[in-house]
Amino acid sequence: MAMAVRVFLLLTLLFLYANFSSALYEDQVGLMDWHQQYIGKVKHAVFHTQRAGRKRVVVSTEENAIASLDLRTGDIFWRHVLGANDAVDGIDIALGKYVITLSSEGSILRAWNLPDGQMVWETFLRGSTSSNSLLSILTNFKMDKENMVLVFGGGCLHAVSSIDGETIWRKELATESFEIRQILQSPESDIIHALGFVGSSKFVTYKIDAKNGELLKHTSTAFPGGFPGELSLVSADTVVALDATRSILVSISFQNGETSFHQTFISDLVADSAGVATILPARLTGIFAMKINSFIVFISVTDEHKLEVVQKITYPAAVSDVLSFSEGQKAFALVQHGGSRIQLVVKLDNDWSTDLLKESIEIDPKKGFVEKVFINNYIRTDRSHGFRALVVMEDHSLLLLQQGDIVWSREDGLASIIDMTTSELPVEKKGVSVAKVEHNLFEWLKGHFLKLKGTLMLASPDDITSIQEMRLKSSEKNKMTRDHNGFRKLLIVLTKAGKLYALHTGDGRVIWSLLLSSLRRSEVCEHPTGLNIYQWQVPHHHAMDENPSVLVVGKCGLGFDAPGVFSFVDSYTGKELDSLSLAHSVAQVITLPFTDSTEQRLHLLIDASNHAHVYPRNLEAVNILERELPNIYWYSVEYQRDIITGHALKGNCILDVEDEYCFNTRELWSIVFPSEAEKIIATATRKLNEVVHTQAKVIADQDVMYKYISRNLLFVATVAPKAAGEIGSATPEESWLVVYLIDTITGRILHRVTHFGSQGPVHAVFSENWVIYHYFNLRAHRYEMSVIEIYDQSRAGNKDVWKLVLGKHNLTSAISSYSRPEVMVKSQTYFFTHSVKTMAVTSTSKGITSKQLLIGTIGDQVLALDKRYLDPRRSPDPTQTEREEGIIPLTDSLPIIPQSYVTHSLKVEGLRGIVTVPAKLESTSLVFAYGVDLFFTRIAPSRTYDSLTEDFSYALLLITIVALIAAIFVTWILSENKELREKWSLTVQ
Amino acid sequence: MEKGKGVVARRWAIDFTDNSISPSSRDIPDPLGYARASSDQDDSTVSRQKKDAEANWKAQKAWEVAQSPLKNLLMMGFMMWMAGSAVHLFSIGITFSALWQPINALQGVGKIFEPYKDSKVDILAPKLLFIALNLVGLALGVWKLNTLGLLPTHASDWVSSLPPAQEIEYAGGGIPLH
Repeated sequence: MAMAVRVFLLLTLLFLYANFSSALYEDQVGLMDWHQQYIGKVKHAVFHTQRAGRKRVVVSTEENAIASLDLRTGDIFWRHVLGANDAVDGIDIALGKYVITLSSEGSILRAWNLPDGQMVWETFLRGSTSSNSLLSILTNFKMDKENMVLVFGGGCLHAVSSIDGETIWRKELATESFEIRQILQSPESDIIHALGFVGSSKFVTYKIDAKNGELLKHTSTAFPGGFPGELSLVSADTVVALDATRSILVSISFQNGETSFHQTFISDLVADSAGVATILPARLTGIFAMKINSFIVFISVTDEHKLEVVQKITYPAAVSDVLSFSEGQKAFALVQHGGSRIQLVVKLDNDWSTDLLKESIEIDPKKGFVEKVFINNYIRTDRSHGFRALVVMEDHSLLLLQQGDIVWSREDGLASIIDMTTSELPVEKKGVSVAKVEHNLFEWLKGHFLKLKGTLMLASPDDITSIQEMRLKSSEKNKMTRDHNGFRKLLIVLTKAGKLYALHTGDGRVIWSLLLSSLRRSEVCEHPTGLNIYQWQVPHHHAMDENPSVLVVGKCGLGFDAPGVFSFVDSYTGKELDSLSLAHSVAQVITLPFTDSTEQRLHLLIDASNHAHVYPRNLEAVNILERELPNIYWYSVEYQRDIITGHALKGNCILDVEDEYCFNTRELWSIVFPSEAEKIIATATRKLNEVVHTQAKVIADQDVMYKYISRNLLFVATVAPKAAGEIGSATPEESWLVVYLIDTITGRILHRVTHFGSQGPVHAVFSENWVIYHYFNLRAHRYEMSVIEIYDQSRAGNKDVWKLVLGKHNLTSAISSYSRPEVMVKSQTYFFTHSVKTMAVTSTSKGITSKQLLIGTIGDQVLALDKRYLDPRRSPDPTQTEREEGIIPLTDSLPIIPQSYVTHSLKVEGLRGIVTVPAKLESTSLVFAYGVDLFFTRIAPSRTYDSLTEDFSYALLLITIVALIAAIFVTWILSENKELREKWSLTVQ
Repeated sequence: MEKGKGVVARRWAIDFTDNSISPSSRDIPDPLGYARASSDQDDSTVSRQKKDAEANWKAQKAWEVAQSPLKNLLMMGFMMWMAGSAVHLFSIGITFSALWQPINALQGVGKIFEPYKDSKVDILAPKLLFIALNLVGLALGVWKLNTLGLLPTHASDWVSSLPPAQEIEYAGGGIPLH
């Protein structure tokens, strides 16, 4: 009995301990999670290297980030990610201490402190019309020793003080569709010139006094040829533009208020001028750069407006802006490709023949072509001028070139992930060298000894740091082989640049990367876009020797009927196995639950004309599909038309060309939402790979409810068209949110709820038999989360134990959507504090472990919330049995427990998506959150009940066992001796 | 071990009450000229009386043994009531001991009544009572097991790991890719 009490106490203690370990300890950060910071593709870069202190470059990116990077290492000093619709238009440095950024189409001007990135001031600039935006800092002109920032945006020219952001003057240049292309300032006087176009035919100049914004002169000259909008300044009074047909170069001189046009045909300058010409925005003196066909042509403009070709270089090349590096000398950089090397040339802008610098640098061909180059100068020890170049590559990576070498490179393509999938690592092979094992064994023992010291509090501070280091750099988690628990995997991500990366889940390092040739710009494919990535071949069973592969689907062009492109990539090696240019477009990609004999998964591609194409293109796939044809359906949700349509497959296509891989489809059903009352804003379905353990839910008193588990359920949320905008744009009376659960086979609406006075944005997650959605309640002025659980009433009668024992029930028989399902729905609603960016749910390998909701909050963090809080069976006062079942008393709002932030203290800037992948260990789920940053961790929603904790001391266990065995031996020997002595003493007497 | 120790502890002993018949139980040999068997035959009447008394005593004892589970039963019932219906270590331990004791007793029912076996004593009735009482104890244990929910007597016990039914149709799709 005493023993039982002791064991019970021990178990209780263990339980308590397990309860406390739900959050993370400080020294556990980085053990199973990693975080990577990126900035995205660089748009503008400004160097700040004047002073001797930290040399840095300030960049703005296409992910709307502003960052200050260390020029020596490429590390981020500071970074700000602006909102999704706060795109940066211009960036510059004022007063040598402020970074000035113009964003949101020229309406927000901000100043950031250069050393630490704190915002100094922010000014909203009110415009009257929408127009382009331009940022220009007047460096020559000083007003009370401060730089003036000139901003054109919204049809107005603003002069803003760079010290406090006060608007000094504001000049409305309000002509319809007026766009300033260039702001010039005279070196001596306080006069500024603004040049631009009105519409597409008028060239306009404004002469403005910089002190008070007084308009001194205004000219407007019409040009019959029209302008497409680009303009390049070649000298103080001459600009060059193209005409509307892009076949004539127009040099415009605006000296003394007189505007004159001089036209030159491009064909006179360049031999093959069939292509579309564009003027590059490089600001050189007397010369402008033009791209035509596959060439960049540098053309000089003489005083008599004669144009002459200076040089012609083949296209994959980039030209930098002009940099004035010493008294009156200006230089620019030119980067060209030659095989796997790039050539960086720095020239004086007025002397074409001499090169200040000519370097040839070996570059990884996986980075693609150079897209942009920014240069900066430094003074070498021998007082000559050196140049460094910041290069943006085709895969959005950023390189710093200096002295013929790559100083650092950043893989900033990872900031714009489009889609991701995972792949298992190869199985560990036999034949690992003995030496390695021995080394490992020694290390292992040493490590555990250190750990033991730590546990027994005998470790010195040095030991503690080495323990921590050992834990963080554990070779175990970074191995390139499959592990027993399934924690080690490859995350294969597709980025906007069309590059594929494989990241190791252990530490997030890039295992391989591949710039997909099918997603690179070429003559056949002008605007390729990557769409999605799918698991193509996941070998197990009989195809074990083959490597798994992924399928990348993209399309060539912007329209919905643009032809698709396929790439098949080996997941282990990162080699492109095959690529296909499809003859048809890609509107839907449907992964079918069948594989062919080589474990290639069947995919059905629906094109814009609703034909279905089966891939892989082999007869076996067609045979499988034809066998299953009557049971395959597909549906399409059309946001624009507010229609959901369902289709079935039938027979082969009737086309001009015989195509056995093409199937016709016919429309079966459609749900048309009344356009004046409802507008689709969100949909959700169950994840394809989700595993559900059981169909029964045991509730209090041993009762059973049968879940309605169907893969063919679609959650659709619609709102009133008036309330489709932002929150606050509609009154509670005129906004409502309607939620549907639709069977996608038959189009039957299983459930429908209307939330009056609520509106989007709606974020929903569908799993098992429940759906959880997040929306805004206008009446309560709060966000709400609702849960709907669906139960099958037709099975509810299966409660006779004997029938179940004998197997006489219909619970395992296959079900069809055509047999009318009787469903019972339970739902409940709670307030929720945060607004949500994205939502996901944990997934485990067998689906036994309870679920957690992963909420990407507006603060770019990931919050884990137990599904138990979103249980429609919660009541304010649950009975004893319900409490035992784990039902939490109902509260009006969902609790946010600070310890349950999965991202702990980190932020995943610009969070866009959360993906969960099951590990092999049932209790554990791998979580990958991506945005501008990447974050990976693993979580155990019901704690790791199936494995020992990471800090479990094996050494202690081992030592205990050894000590016990030793004690047994010692006592045995002692008792033997004693007995012997006693026997002797007896005999003696 | 303990017995041996006892023997070792005393140097010598004389048992004055020793009237055992067999010589083997005695350490000391009989005196010369003394035949042990002849002296026993004389008092046969005494032994008969003795035997009757012994039979009575055995019957009484057998009944006592047969009723002994009753006490146990009451104690078990009390302990079960104390343990409550929640599944934890106490209640499980008590329930299993409640199950184990009757089973153990039933297994050794022959052995328990072995000492009271006699041609003149009817031990069937006590045996039956003993068995009945133990069965009651067993039933109590099983009932407790059921109240703890450890018996598969509910539908939930049979369907809780039933996989979801297969679906005949398959539908895919969603928002067209743009």
